[in-house]
Amino acid sequence: MTRKTDETTLPAGARSRPSSSSEAVRSALTELGLSAFAIVLALVISALLMVTLGYNVALAYQSMFRGAFGSLHGISQTLLRATPLLFTGFAVAIAFRAGLFNIGAEGQLYWGALACALVALTVEGLPQPIAVGLPLLAAGIAGFLWGAVPGILKAKTGAHEVITSIMLNSIAIFATTHITSRYFKAPGAVDQTERIVAAAVMPQIIPGTGLTAGILLGVAIAALVAWFFGHTALGYDFQAVGRNADAAEYGGVSSKRIQVLAMGFGGIMAGVAGGIVVLSLLNRFVANFSPGYGFTGIAVAVLGRGNPWGVVLAALLFGALDSGGMSMQLFARIPSDLTIVVQGLVIILVAAPAALRAMVRWRKPKVEPVDVA
Amino acid sequence: MWLEILAVIFNLRTLNAAIRMSTPIALAAMGGAFSERAGVINIGLEGMLLVGAFAGAVGSYATGSALLGTLLGVAAGAATAAVFSIFTVEFRANHVVAGVGINILALGLTTWLMQVVWRTRGISPAVARVQSIRIPLISDIPVIGQVIGVQSPFVFVMIALIVGGWVLLFRTPLGLRIRMTGEHPEAADTLGINVRFIKHFSVILGGALCGFGGAYLSIGNIGRFSMGMSAGRGFMGLAANIFGQWNPIGGLGASMLFSYADAVQIRLQTMEIALPHQIIQMIPYLLTIVILAGGVVKSRPPAALGNHYRSGGGT
Repeated sequence: MTRKTDETTLPAGARSRPSSSSEAVRSALTELGLSAFAIVLALVISALLMVTLGYNVALAYQSMFRGAFGSLHGISQTLLRATPLLFTGFAVAIAFRAGLFNIGAEGQLYWGALACALVALTVEGLPQPIAVGLPLLAAGIAGFLWGAVPGILKAKTGAHEVITSIMLNSIAIFATTHITSRYFKAPGAVDQTERIVAAAVMPQIIPGTGLTAGILLGVAIAALVAWFFGHTALGYDFQAVGRNADAAEYGGVSSKRIQVLAMGFGGIMAGVAGGIVVLSLLNRFVANFSPGYGFTGIAVAVLGRGNPWGVVLAALLFGALDSGGMSMQLFARIPSDLTIVVQGLVIILVAAPAALRAMVRWRKPKVEPVDVA
Repeated sequence: MWLEILAVIFNLRTLNAAIRMSTPIALAAMGGAFSERAGVINIGLEGMLLVGAFAGAVGSYATGSALLGTLLGVAAGAATAAVFSIFTVEFRANHVVAGVGINILALGLTTWLMQVVWRTRGISPAVARVQSIRIPLISDIPVIGQVIGVQSPFVFVMIALIVGGWVLLFRTPLGLRIRMTGEHPEAADTLGINVRFIKHFSVILGGALCGFGGAYLSIGNIGRFSMGMSAGRGFMGLAANIFGQWNPIGGLGASMLFSYADAVQIRLQTMEIALPHQIIQMIPYLLTIVILAGGVVKSRPPAALGNHYRSGGGT
């Protein structure tokens, strides 16, 4: 298998698609293997860090694993924490497919959350599906509008979407804080809105655990994204532009239109992520609420290597790290922020497939893959 | 109310504060300038600032010497940048993804380690800090004395570094090599320039500058480290670098402009004048978008920014 495109200029998705299905499976497995290897390596490096500082590594990872998967409560926590990351992961992954880097998910998430909360304050008396659905729709629209901006700027002026997205992130956080504190502030010290209407609170699927239907929506979205890229003309255009915008243009695809749409679609996902956090966790908009869901979404997308089900797995992993970190802190007395270190390491390692390949090759010279590029 | 606002805007103490506040941003901007002039997009400035701030505080805490703390901050910033440059240059990692990773790693490591060192997740105990100095003659001059007569030594070193960085980048053969690497690595390689070395050098130098800026945040000012204390200044530096046209002096100018707006906003807030301060805080980011979209001046990043280069075979 020879691939001529530079595998590292774009993290995933935007690469050439294998021609036959058996090749597709093999390449998906290779990708999965690389991601798994990155995770293991990140855990090993973190373990070395813990050993250096005199912590009990076995106890740490044991309690982390138990916390994430060892009980119904743990599993629900893992799924609950994975839900927003699933959506922000798609926010980044969808734009990747069209060759764009949506680093602006954080800002799109804030607008989605605010729009969602403002609508959810007003849906009194509506039946629950509508009372939940309308705010989520508002979240998606807000995310689309904010997400499309860097796409439009890129299409019209060539401004790099990475830099404009970063600037838009800061603007979104300041703007939503301003709007909340000035126009919708509930009494009290915190800049937050009033509580949303009870009917708009997302229903729990396992009562008492806090796990809401958001995760089911996430899985449905994964199927939708897989269908979009596998079976629709627009999805095909996205990938054509991602692989080679000039060639796509030559083939009659307006690459500028696709750039705007790809960023906008990514924005929908991030907006809905914000909406789900509001409807299932916060039950109101709180200024500055996000612990970096948008940025972790980049990690999720890269780790999932652009594959919709890969994104689901990656979101679950980060959700598990999050919920496992809590019990690690409780039982092994290790500050849970170590899981952020693991996340950072995973991203850096996954960003450099060449490094991972080099290490695999060094260990088992026999299964050396064909050198790419 | 308008009179009071004007009084704050045209106040020498506001200008004094603006220069002080611009220090870490201008240093990060210059770090970005070196890195991007050599062709490496550096989103990781934020993380490098944060690591510098943490290492500065730990060094100062452990040794009781703010000078040693500062040196440790510089070294830690450079080390973080070295990790970044090894991954981006040697392993050809996507610059933006690796930069995001560096930021998350820096936040995780510093937050985690501050709990290991100080058993607190909020703000560290007070550590030795670098005191402000009074320049004997200058501080007596009416206007200038109030602006730079009494300042942190970091401010003076920062200004010297910016000027030195400008000379290095635009007036020396090494600077020419750096700029050539970012514009046209193939041509640079043909001329015998070690492209990989130049990239490593520029990124690590940028990291050291961020480390110094970070040390200012923790031990040049309040004498404490707090969780996530870089608070977006690295991203602001990224903006200032673009605003300043990938030039250290331009970056300083942009940083001062941004900090001036911020200083005015903070002073108005303490006077309880109800100006929408979030709107003022947005200005730097809005301006950068306008600049990037070509509205005010023509901006052009280095031509080979973000590309990978391997000698003897394609990008």
